Amino acid sequence: MAAEKLSTRHLLGIKDINRDDIELIFETADNFKDVINRPIKRVPSLRDITIANIFFENSTRTKLSFELAEKRLSADVVNFAASSSSVSKGETLIDTVNNILAMKVDMVVMRHPYAGAGQFLSRHIKAQIVNAGDGAHEHPTQALLDAFSIRQKLGSVAGKKVVIVGDILHSRVAISNILCLQKLGAEVMVCGPTTLIPKYISSLGVKVEHDLIKALNWCDVANMLRIQLERQDIKYFPSLREYAMMYGLNKQILNSLDKEIIVMHPGPINRGVEITSDVADSKQSIILEQVENGVAIRMAVLYLLASQRD
Amino acid sequence: MQKRILLDGQKFQITIKRLCHQLIENHHDFSNTVLIGIQPRGPYFANRVQQELSKILGKDTIKKGDLDITFFRDDFRRKDGIVSASSNNIDFIIEEKNVILIDDVLWTGRTIRSAMDALLAYGRPAKVELMVLIDRRFSRQLPIEPDYIGHQVDSLNSQMVRVSWKETEGEDKVILLSESNK
Repeated sequence: MAAEKLSTRHLLGIKDINRDDIELIFETADNFKDVINRPIKRVPSLRDITIANIFFENSTRTKLSFELAEKRLSADVVNFAASSSSVSKGETLIDTVNNILAMKVDMVVMRHPYAGAGQFLSRHIKAQIVNAGDGAHEHPTQALLDAFSIRQKLGSVAGKKVVIVGDILHSRVAISNILCLQKLGAEVMVCGPTTLIPKYISSLGVKVEHDLIKALNWCDVANMLRIQLERQDIKYFPSLREYAMMYGLNKQILNSLDKEIIVMHPGPINRGVEITSDVADSKQSIILEQVENGVAIRMAVLYLLASQRD
Repeated sequence: MQKRILLDGQKFQITIKRLCHQLIENHHDFSNTVLIGIQPRGPYFANRVQQELSKILGKDTIKKGDLDITFFRDDFRRKDGIVSASSNNIDFIIEEKNVILIDDVLWTGRTIRSAMDALLAYGRPAKVELMVLIDRRFSRQLPIEPDYIGHQVDSLNSQMVRVSWKETEGEDKVILLSESNK
């Protein structure tokens, strides 16, 4: 039996929550999964709560998923995208958010290009903050839904071996995933070209492997990350084609393994680079389940945070 | 803590049997009627009613489901802590069916209000009725009255009604608890 309430008022990162919190979120998400598979997918829990989705960086899946989760909980939702706002006129982060809060908003879901933006905000404003990705730092709800999907597919996360392949250096998904999986008792390995693996990553207690085939033979689950070209200021590898040849997952490699592994991807997929189409659409891939679980996990997080009164 | 027994032994069994016969009077062979127990304590009562009805009617096709109302409650953020949710198990269509909502104790009526909301997420039943084992009279906060009542009791707000079941607590029994210094 998990705890009764979360140990934190904000969800800024997996780093700040404990195993009991994660179990509680999963148990609550199980119930919400049931809700979103009913004929009427809406429950009135967050009826008197207003949530602002503030996105200083582009997003399709996460934004849509949060918005859907909020609407299915009957919250009032306001959306804000930095590109069409006064931020481009030189307003600071605190001013922007304080103005939004003056309109009586209870919770803020924020994505920001700088690491620690959520932390900074939580120290200066009263509303509860949910981090929807801050720079290359953390993306907690993605990690929760990834672990939740593994738990759903394999029964549990403890004792499972998970390899995260690709651009670890620029990935907030990787950091949050490592912390979350370790808190749940899984073994984690990272795999990619030397240039895309942070130098001291092994201090987090993860294995490091540069050979994709060896990594895949070791693991139960492979989480394939996208190469984040938009964050890469210099060239980390000679060409995308060479990267795809060395670290791309195709059906041939998948079939050559002596066991069936599960393939995950946080999206958006670059088909033909980190993963080929036949793998992305294969039975071993749970990419679309991840998206479905994302809504349930976000409903659980919002519901549990909102249940804490000031 | 003072205890007063409201129902136990043979009287408990007779009450359940009587309620079942009342149900049969209105719903005949249960071909268009389903039972829904309200989580977390209603399903025990609903199970018992289902067993008893099957025995009397000689058929085991009476449908029964469990309904969780956690996300439909009206006291979210108004009371400390949260109530952990239970599961919903309704594997049949309630559209155009007669639904008997079943709970162990009826007090303020707020649970039943939430249950009606939660139920409607599954479709539009032809008719909804309410059956409770214990009705705490004169304590309603909403205009809700049961159609089938096992036992009525007058109680103070400070008192508590506890229903225990043979399957989980080892004994079929209903007691009224009150603080001894009051």
